Amino acid sequence: MSELVHDGISPATSTDEPLLRVEGLAKHFPITLGVVRQKLVGHVKAVDGVSFTLDRGETVGLVGESGCGKSTVTKVLLALNKPTAGQVYFEGRDVFAMGKRELRELRRKIQIIFQDPYTSLNPRMTVGDIVGEPWEIHPEVLPRSGRQQAVRELLDRVGLNPDFVNRYPHQFSGGQRQRIGIARALALRPEVIVCDEPVSALDVSVQAQVINLLEDLQKEFGLAYLFIAHDLSVVRHISDRVNVMYLGRIIETGTNAQVYEQPSHPYTQALLSAVPQHDPAVRGQKKRIVLQGDLPSPADPPSGCHFRTRCWKAQDICAVEYPPLVDRGQGHPSACHFAEIENVVAVGADDGTSTYAKADPTPGSGSQRIGTES
Amino acid sequence: MTLTSPAPDAPTTAGGHLLEVDNLSVEFRTEYGVVHAVNQVNWHLDKGETLAILGESGSGKSVSAQAIMGIIDTPPGYITEGQIRYNGRDMLTMSDEEQRKLRGPDIAIVFQDALSALNPVFTVGAQIAEMFKVHRGMSKKDGMVRAAELMDRVRIPNAKGRVKDYPHQFSGGMRQRVMMAMALSLDPSVLIADEPTTALDVTVQAQIMDLLMELQQETGMGVVLITHDLGVVGEVADRIAVMYAGRIVETGTVYDVFGDPAHPYTVGLMNSVPRVDQRGQRLSPITGSPPNLANIPSGCPFHPRCPRAQAICSQERPPLRPVVVGRHSACHFSEEVLGV
Repeated sequence: MSELVHDGISPATSTDEPLLRVEGLAKHFPITLGVVRQKLVGHVKAVDGVSFTLDRGETVGLVGESGCGKSTVTKVLLALNKPTAGQVYFEGRDVFAMGKRELRELRRKIQIIFQDPYTSLNPRMTVGDIVGEPWEIHPEVLPRSGRQQAVRELLDRVGLNPDFVNRYPHQFSGGQRQRIGIARALALRPEVIVCDEPVSALDVSVQAQVINLLEDLQKEFGLAYLFIAHDLSVVRHISDRVNVMYLGRIIETGTNAQVYEQPSHPYTQALLSAVPQHDPAVRGQKKRIVLQGDLPSPADPPSGCHFRTRCWKAQDICAVEYPPLVDRGQGHPSACHFAEIENVVAVGADDGTSTYAKADPTPGSGSQRIGTES
Repeated sequence: MTLTSPAPDAPTTAGGHLLEVDNLSVEFRTEYGVVHAVNQVNWHLDKGETLAILGESGSGKSVSAQAIMGIIDTPPGYITEGQIRYNGRDMLTMSDEEQRKLRGPDIAIVFQDALSALNPVFTVGAQIAEMFKVHRGMSKKDGMVRAAELMDRVRIPNAKGRVKDYPHQFSGGMRQRVMMAMALSLDPSVLIADEPTTALDVTVQAQIMDLLMELQQETGMGVVLITHDLGVVGEVADRIAVMYAGRIVETGTVYDVFGDPAHPYTVGLMNSVPRVDQRGQRLSPITGSPPNLANIPSGCPFHPRCPRAQAICSQERPPLRPVVVGRHSACHFSEEVLGV
């Protein structure tokens, strides 16, 4: 693998402690039966041993389908839920060993932008109150006298008219509400913003505005983003590094180019091949991996490799042994005994010009269907 | 249609299209004003082809389909003008009884949210069998047998064992298959798919779209695919109609429209979507947000957001007119956008 394309971003190799380090994080939710005397009948292993790092100023994507545990990761990360196992270090300090005061400080430095701009803003508060509320909780950040001015500046920064401070959320469109949420997240000058599906509730033409805004803010304030989404195209656009999750575990991790252009885990390949591609000219030319069946229940995951029940490469060993997330010679870690690079995304023009019809399709990668479909 | 049509079963007439929406306007009279959801919309569908109606939320893309299915609540919704012709006959002037005979057996619909479209207190088998009972007068027992066959046809594993399951016992993708089984039960010649995969994960979406296309090839039905997802359109559509603010702004084959859009809105839409096969470049979004349909801008409804807008655009609404062969665009400057 000598021709790895790195996008100019190399994986964190320095000895410096990353801003955020997650190690072996697990969160199991108990399943109980009965009302008065509750009997424990099992666990939903929502997150089951997840490790990753986040450096200053970078964007790390966390992708996976619904139910893979990506949102649970963020809740545990902020110590909103107690983990079953594992550690999270923020600036080298163990988050779960923090006292009340330290946790407050942590939650100032890590802010969240939520998916649904309709339910994450209090309908009875004005925009000015919403954006200024963080300072009520963390008064040390900004003296009371400067707050009114600061709210106006924040609104202006996220592209809203500062004269709208006295309006209520219902007077804004979805995209504008998401901007209010971003302004609120910026108020405490955080170092990390967890973006939990920040654009999936927005219309396509508005999505791009918010993505551009997030990119601008990152440059301006040196923010690090943990970007959680199910839309693989959006994650590809914004992320420096990407983690792919399946049933509570990270199954492949690498730089943007490694994961998208050289995916080596069968699930990543299936996921990428399922993303519809806009260019009708590559229709029928790209390989489509159609997965059989549905996601198994996280309460009762398959033995060994969680993906083996839907995998076309599965052998006996897959049922016995969980493949560790390591580099097996493909250049980046992948949790598959039989990891093998295969590009499944038909590549169109990569030079910025939209040349759908003119894109030169790669010959020889004819429509092929693999999988266990009958 | 004032003319009496020939024999009701006559397959085609002058226009020759399977389904034709002609100059259709639908408005909703609400207490906040009149919402012009669909304004003089024209499209047609032929046998075996897939027409994609592409638009953002609030563009009116679903309303013309709802008008065809007769599921617009009146009040507040009113069809104020136009025709919907199926095999040349205007459905809007038919008797209720005649309309009912078409909806279901001939024109079927699949909705986005299968969980709320299915009745939670009946088994899926009973709900599919009801189609045979109502339209074919079949007994419940025979209907259940047919239901199991259909569930097998939409590739639900162990179909026989699952006919007596309730909707909540199925996963999202399987529920969408049940919906498709129900829609396909009486061999319709038109299937309207209203955002059929929007609520589904991407791998399940791929399964459902593949199934839909396979079934289309088997039966030769025409498919109207209503969606906001450019990727889905790029993968399966033959022709495309782009809607904005209740109007069609561009039509053409998917190769033409995606290869070289002729309307600034289509151009903007394509430039705002990140693509899985590209990374890095800055997106160029459309400024502003889609208009409120109760208060559509004067002239061209897109002019407040359009980078090419001139004085004429706020005064005169550009009609949907032919630009090059087989393509229509509603922009004063279509030729310049297209560069012809």
